[in-house]
Amino acid sequence: MSSTATSTYRIQGATGEWEVVIGLEVHAQVTSNAKLFSGAATAFGAEPNAQVSLVDAAMPGMLPVPNRECIRQAVRTGLAIEAQINKWSRFDRKNYFYADLPQGYQISQLYHPLVGEGSLLIEADEKAGIAEDKVIGIERIHVEQDAGKLMHDQHPTMSFVDLNRSGVALMEIVSRPDMRSPAEAGAYLAKLRQIVRYVGSCDGNMDQGSMRADVNVSVRKPGDEFGTRTETKNVNSVRFVMAVVEAEALRQVDLIEDGGTVVQETRLYDPDRNETRSMRSKEDAHDYRYFPDPDLLPLVLDDAFVEECRASLPELPDAKRNRYIAELGVPEYNAHVLTAEVETARWFEALLSETAAAQGKSEGEVAKQASNWLISEFFGALNKAGHELADSPVSHEQAAELLALVGKGTISGSIAKQVLETMIETGDSAGTIVEREGLKQESDSGAIEAAVDKVLADNADKVADYKGGKQQLFGFFVGQTMKAMQGKGNPQVVNEVLKAKLG
Amino acid sequence: MTDLTQLGVKAIREGVAGGDFTAREVAEAFNANVAAAQDALNAFIVATPEKALEAADKVDADRAAGKPLGAMAGVPIGMKDLFATRGVQTTAASHILDHFIPEYESTVSQKLWDAGAGMLGKLNLDQFAMGSSNETSYYGNVISPWRRNDGGNAALAPGGSSGGSSAAVAARLCPAATGTDTGGSIRQPAAFTGISGIKPTYGRCSRWGIVAFASSLDQAGPMARDVTDCAIMLGAMAGFDPKDSTSLDMPVPDWAGSLNADLKGKRVGIPKEYRMDGTDAEILGLWDQGIAWLKDAGAEVVDISLPHTKYALPAYYIVAPAEASSNLARYDGVRYGLRDLPQGANLQDMYAATRAAGFGDEVKRRILIGTYVLSAGFYDAYYTQAMKVRTLIQRDFAAAFETCDVILAPTTPTASFALGEKIDDPLAMYLNDVFSVPASLAGLPAMSVPGGLNKDGLPLGLQIIGKAFDEQGVLDAGLAIEQRAGFVAQPGKWW
Repeated sequence: MSSTATSTYRIQGATGEWEVVIGLEVHAQVTSNAKLFSGAATAFGAEPNAQVSLVDAAMPGMLPVPNRECIRQAVRTGLAIEAQINKWSRFDRKNYFYADLPQGYQISQLYHPLVGEGSLLIEADEKAGIAEDKVIGIERIHVEQDAGKLMHDQHPTMSFVDLNRSGVALMEIVSRPDMRSPAEAGAYLAKLRQIVRYVGSCDGNMDQGSMRADVNVSVRKPGDEFGTRTETKNVNSVRFVMAVVEAEALRQVDLIEDGGTVVQETRLYDPDRNETRSMRSKEDAHDYRYFPDPDLLPLVLDDAFVEECRASLPELPDAKRNRYIAELGVPEYNAHVLTAEVETARWFEALLSETAAAQGKSEGEVAKQASNWLISEFFGALNKAGHELADSPVSHEQAAELLALVGKGTISGSIAKQVLETMIETGDSAGTIVEREGLKQESDSGAIEAAVDKVLADNADKVADYKGGKQQLFGFFVGQTMKAMQGKGNPQVVNEVLKAKLG
Repeated sequence: MTDLTQLGVKAIREGVAGGDFTAREVAEAFNANVAAAQDALNAFIVATPEKALEAADKVDADRAAGKPLGAMAGVPIGMKDLFATRGVQTTAASHILDHFIPEYESTVSQKLWDAGAGMLGKLNLDQFAMGSSNETSYYGNVISPWRRNDGGNAALAPGGSSGGSSAAVAARLCPAATGTDTGGSIRQPAAFTGISGIKPTYGRCSRWGIVAFASSLDQAGPMARDVTDCAIMLGAMAGFDPKDSTSLDMPVPDWAGSLNADLKGKRVGIPKEYRMDGTDAEILGLWDQGIAWLKDAGAEVVDISLPHTKYALPAYYIVAPAEASSNLARYDGVRYGLRDLPQGANLQDMYAATRAAGFGDEVKRRILIGTYVLSAGFYDAYYTQAMKVRTLIQRDFAAAFETCDVILAPTTPTASFALGEKIDDPLAMYLNDVFSVPASLAGLPAMSVPGGLNKDGLPLGLQIIGKAFDEQGVLDAGLAIEQRAGFVAQPGKWW
């Protein structure tokens, strides 16, 4: 399965070059109002133990009942990575004792996962050192329960348990050991996050723990067999995943070159010191005594269910990007930026449709302009005002109105910038602001001629220079005229008048 | 006035509905019997006379108001203390559930209350339903009301794990009781005490709110004086429950209304593999008698083979402990029940201390067995192998039911034994389940009905095993035997 695209990433050791081999197990919390096997709610940030059902607390005699929506979201995610959907799957119990695990076992899927083989494409990124597009294999996706959370800082001698997260549905997305550099691992995780957010199966909020990765790393001399791997648990950002790969690979190379051997073990990442450290080794690893959960029947999906999941999938990022480029004529760079986050793409598409309608044009005719404006003007202005797209004070309807004013020549591009700033500040519509502040572009050649005449009269010496051959002074006259008209002169008309007057 | 405690479910329901007596009078009479027998029999872990009266008064009021009465209206029952009952301690007869008072009601018990039944109390049982003699309860042994006719006063086992249920019904402390059956825990105690009990098809009764022993085997069922009472009560207990993923989404037939002891056209299978060494000669004799009774009822008798029967018991004692070892992991001292927190203990120490103190020997034994058979390196040799055996046993039954409608067999290899006789020999104790376990592994409905007394004056039971979902066939055959056996013996009251 392993993709054979070569990576140039190598660690230079004392004994030569080393290649790093990476596989990720990503835990993604399923977006659902209720937990995997109970009716309890799942919202982030609730009071401790406010979202705990009798099932989640493992009271005697309580039984799990699978939540259809969680299964649906995992199937949709599987379809989005073009994976095999297993119409017959089964839940297994993973047995171990811990205070955050009320049942004394986690309901998971070891033997028969819901989703089988799939794959995901990471794109070439020269800057990051990814030479060419690369397909990363995905071995499986299974669904399982999350555990609760222990709180050690609430009492001097006791630990507290918050079971709000206990029983929340997770997808565990297991990659093949197909990645060969920190950049590839980072790109894989970013791409996976992009896909689940498009699909809507996980919010991808890594800082809230909705998505976290166990990073499997080993090193080998290029061409050798796989080395012994370590697993660094619960890494919660793309940046940290890349840092873990690098730190862990370097540690392993140093260890081996110093005559040691890598031990198969679970490790933890310490971001403050940028190093991993041993959590437990294989010797004291748990024997989880997996066996089929006798409280649950095998999960059998019918064709209609799978087809509904497929039909409900949105356009995915790769397809969307290609369509932007091929069908809408959006520049490639813009297409990348606009499809990176599903919210951005949604915003762009709404803006596009409003803009086309407002100007009576096709989307293809306005797409390039709208994409340029969104990326080079709007994002910057929002950012400057401390906003993000999600909390933009300017709606896409309002933005479309602004673009239409520019398109119709009512205001100039430079005035539009000023209007946009005011829109962000006040939330008022572009039309209102233009009207109120008298920003309408002056296209009347009489007024422009008067302004030009004055500029030429005031700068007789420069006119003489221009006529003497200093053609580059044309821009100066344009600038002076626009300044005199407080930016409201229609640049095209100004140009024409100046050209005529200067002969 | 008649002794109301001699009446069964149907007679009480009809008497209350017809105004012959009030539900309160019935409840009071049984409450008195419960109280009088407690010291001698120890059938109840806790009596709830006020609950019985409260339910009775509601039925009496409903009747006075002309409201329709439920299938169990006015019938006070005993509730095996494995069913969660809201506001009433639920112990599974284990120290580890000390002071556990659920805030929820099991589906089955709620259905019974909704049908008009009242609760006399929570019945003793083997700890976590693990045992065949009711000697593993933290709350002490249940003493069978039966005694041998040899003049000795040896305390006998009421069977297990539903030993409180069997003793209470046999001693007329309640007209009926709930039981649960994992490998025979309804049928074996029923056989030991001369009463009837049915384990329905797996999934008929919701497991929601029943303290789990082995999830793939546990089934609730009624234990009562006769087949008709079992049919009535099972009808009130059964039904689809969306809270139990293994619940059967099927309508509940009117078993009681459809009872028919005429077996013309029915074929009764006699499995040759059940003629095992070590089976009591009197039991084999009763089996032959049972065959004659069913022929007399019009049935055709056919020989059948269940070739994998001998593997059923070992497979059961792998599968059930495996599930139990996991199901009982939740009793960890963290959230409810017993907590033993020694000075300076860490989490692991607390687990160890709590579970060491909280679980009895038999429970620990099964957790150890279950943990072992699921361990890396042993899983395939034990658990996987046992699951294969389970499939073969299911196939045995499926093949047999090609040629017969029900199967007749003994319920147990022996009559009741003396307390203490087998408790130190787990294997001898496990052999008690040899005839009951195969139907459990196959998830089939099976019942025990009393057939007669042995030479010691102790009851013996006959077992009828049916096709999946065919409780009716089982009950009908049971009724045919009941009518011919004419079993009316009761334990002499010595308490």
